[in-house]
Amino acid sequence: MMVLLRRRDELVCQQVVELVSDYLEGALPRAERRRFERHLRACPNCTAYLEQMRITIATTGRLTPEDLGPDAREEFAELFRSWRAEGPHGSG
Amino acid sequence: MESDEELLARLRDGDEAAFVALVGRYQGSLLRVARTFVPSDAVAEEVVQDTWMGVVRGIDRFEGRSSFKTWLFRILVNRARTSGVREHRSVPLDPGEPAVSPARFAGNGSWTEPVTPWEADIDDRLVADSWGPALRAAIDELPDRQRDVVLLRDVEGLSGADVCEVLGLSEGNQRVLLHRGRSRLRTVLEAELRTRGR
Repeated sequence: MMVLLRRRDELVCQQVVELVSDYLEGALPRAERRRFERHLRACPNCTAYLEQMRITIATTGRLTPEDLGPDAREEFAELFRSWRAEGPHGSG
Repeated sequence: MESDEELLARLRDGDEAAFVALVGRYQGSLLRVARTFVPSDAVAEEVVQDTWMGVVRGIDRFEGRSSFKTWLFRILVNRARTSGVREHRSVPLDPGEPAVSPARFAGNGSWTEPVTPWEADIDDRLVADSWGPALRAAIDELPDRQRDVVLLRDVEGLSGADVCEVLGLSEGNQRVLLHRGRSRLRTVLEAELRTRGR
């Protein structure tokens, strides 16, 4: 009974920040998602937090590959030639 | 930029430049993921080299049912597991750190100070102002399993299902690791923004 009552409580900010990823992943059960969104509508801080998480994810996704140095390029070109020469069933 | 599939088609024809381009594209992430399975940088480099050999020799068996990336990282993880001494996958998840320091919340669970909205274009600016290194460093400092998930999901853009398959994780654990990793990166960016004064 206690548990049931607690589940109807409104979420507090400290809980919201732990649910952000499940929310973004679409993994919150429907009732939980409604509770989450209800909190967001009333809370500019958590709305800003959610947006910060979105920006963090987008920024991580824009990291570009580090440059492969010319030595490494040449090394891999040589490896490629040797692997090809040995054929698909070569040892190594 | 050529797509992986275009490079792959050229690689099938034996194009060395296409191979080197693919290596350039994935070497960093491969090394980072490999390093979480094996005890040293040297072993990680061997595992990655072995992975590329697997790509060159196995390319005719790649049927494109998964993306090239998923296939590539699956080869890597399989090889890393074979040569790795660390079996960190079997360790249960610990409770971990909260997403945000408890000091930021009052006793009733509300923020003590307002959360500053970031400008919408901040991701462009972050990249433009060469914030990449700071973010890279933060990713490198994540605990191993969080780093694997963040690299595959957010840096390489694999789907959650593909990440679970590659790393052998349940969906629930994948989400927990992703949540902790992303929360940590947000904290780092927030601190960077404060330091640089906005």
